[in-house]
Amino acid sequence: MWFPRLASDRVLRARPIEGPFALTLKQQNTDRIYCLNMAAERLGLHRAMSCADARAFCPDLISQPARPDLDQRFLGALRRWATRYCPWVGYEGADGLVLDVTGAAHLFGGAGTMLRDMRARMARAGLTLRLGMGATRGAAWAFAHFDEHGTDLNALPVAALRLDAGTVTALQRLGLRSIGDLSAAARAPLARRFGPELLLRLDQALGQVGEAISPEVEPPHYGIALSFPDPIGLFEDVMAATARLLDPLCDKLKAYETGARELTLTLRRVDQGSQQVTLRLAAAMRDPARILPLFARGLGEVDAGFGIDRMRLEATVVERLPVQQTGAMATPASPDRLNDLITRIGTRIGLENIQRFLPADSHIPERSFLIAPAAYSTPESGWSSPRPRPLRLFAPEPITGTGPQPPKQFRWRRMAFTLARATGPERITPEWWLEDDAWRSGLRDYWKVDTREGRRLWLFYTPQNPGWFVQGAFA
Amino acid sequence: MTCDRRSFGVMQADRLSQFPLRCGRVHEVYGPASVAFAAIAGAKGAVLWIGQAWQGAQLNPIGFETFLDPAQLLLARTQNQTDSLAIAEEALKDGALPFVVIETTRTLDLREGRRLQLAAKAGGTTGLCLIPEGMGSNAAETRWHAAPVFDPARDDSTLMRWEIIKNKAGTIGAWNVRWERETRRVHVVSPAGERPGFTRTPD
Repeated sequence: MWFPRLASDRVLRARPIEGPFALTLKQQNTDRIYCLNMAAERLGLHRAMSCADARAFCPDLISQPARPDLDQRFLGALRRWATRYCPWVGYEGADGLVLDVTGAAHLFGGAGTMLRDMRARMARAGLTLRLGMGATRGAAWAFAHFDEHGTDLNALPVAALRLDAGTVTALQRLGLRSIGDLSAAARAPLARRFGPELLLRLDQALGQVGEAISPEVEPPHYGIALSFPDPIGLFEDVMAATARLLDPLCDKLKAYETGARELTLTLRRVDQGSQQVTLRLAAAMRDPARILPLFARGLGEVDAGFGIDRMRLEATVVERLPVQQTGAMATPASPDRLNDLITRIGTRIGLENIQRFLPADSHIPERSFLIAPAAYSTPESGWSSPRPRPLRLFAPEPITGTGPQPPKQFRWRRMAFTLARATGPERITPEWWLEDDAWRSGLRDYWKVDTREGRRLWLFYTPQNPGWFVQGAFA
Repeated sequence: MTCDRRSFGVMQADRLSQFPLRCGRVHEVYGPASVAFAAIAGAKGAVLWIGQAWQGAQLNPIGFETFLDPAQLLLARTQNQTDSLAIAEEALKDGALPFVVIETTRTLDLREGRRLQLAAKAGGTTGLCLIPEGMGSNAAETRWHAAPVFDPARDDSTLMRWEIIKNKAGTIGAWNVRWERETRRVHVVSPAGERPGFTRTPD
């Protein structure tokens, strides 16, 4: 199956456009046409043409930037769809699929009927499709790309052998125009001149060398549903049903050595309304006995209405969780308990509001540490401070004072302080490579100030923009 | 100040017997050095620090490094005090973290305070509320006032005056203490010449 206009068909399916349409992709600093529809092709536009030229040819061209990643995903969806014909489906380049229908065609009433069915379905879906069927993968490719209804491989041009353009030109110069010509020619000189690639492709097309189709492994689906003959509404019943869903799901997670990071439980009520309970876990896990109590809070808020008759549990975010060796030696306080606690707290205040400090490499007091969500980071060591730092930092609060020496007496937060000892200055310069409004005032000379009243404060003076500020309080 | 002198005698006798804080209970502290008090009280292991997101002052992990390993510190940022108390109760009851610090902004009523006590008892954990001055709860096991004191001897001093002003299971008292960074323990400073009344007199 070859989809010659996969990219543009995908976009046009979502938003049909009459008239010429093209997708552009920036290549080597120029917008070039990546894919275009039939109307545009009829006007003489072609692929790899620069977008400016295309507009000159055809002023009413509608264009849009291409998204190759989405095209690839779309092809993945098509591949999954194609498994309705046979289980053995692989990708063929970026815009094709290859199906091994051996032993499957008769289920659709023969090869001809099957191809007609494919064409009809794809036409309904709005996709341009070119089909080729052959005894080998190479032959099928050749038919799909060069002669959809052909039967004679020998009559096709040499380009149908999946060769690069240089080889094709060289072969044509030699007078070898069709595959028939090529297979009749002596092999040894061809191999000497073009290398093994040409003969390999020829043999693959003619079936003398095998070529496997590698089907994609279906990614495991972590979802499971349960319907009830009678609606349920009691909290205990819902929990019991959740437990029944969790067990097979966790078995599946275990089989694939993965753990759930986010679980969604969808509860459908008899009146067709549905509610979702999402559980975000602080660490990947697959132990049903530990996950179940974590659902209690979310399920407690569900309004069962006239009853729930269908429940569906899905692990929406899954992470690798290899099986770990547990020793006979007692391990020091396992992190599981802490992770469970973080999850439980996280259901109330949001998982990202539970944070931990990570060291950062900066002399700027506010940037010498990072705050990261605890569920998505691991504790790091490497904290060091060459000089004492305050316990609390706040936004700089101005105080009265002049000159580079700390003021003998000052008022801060409506309290009067008398200087007893000042340690400093410690000069910190702004990080010029980062834009920071707080550091617009330039250099800072930090002083640790002990006051007679007891408080130990962190003051700074800005020599370039004279002023005194309090930024922190020591122990 | 007479009260101070008498309690110094007590301090000599029992060497800060009320500290470390009694496990399975919730305590309260206020005053300018309450953060340092909490850091010292939690220095033994992991700490959950529950604060409200709108409060401006930021804990500085590098400053904490003197007292405890910042990697042991978990922060929880809540929207309001109700959330703070709810997760504090959850964490105290769970017992995965031995020490929970709660920054409160209003007085806990008896019910809230009692629930925290029960949770701490169930989990065998210690709770510490950093309260604004004069907003103590009746359910607290102990209430402390912590204030820094000027130390003329050392310029990297952490000399503080800790005063226990409420104690359900013992006497009250006041101590001048200093954190020994090397040995990671609280050192009670001898009163000679460093009596709080002495250093506190403005000159």
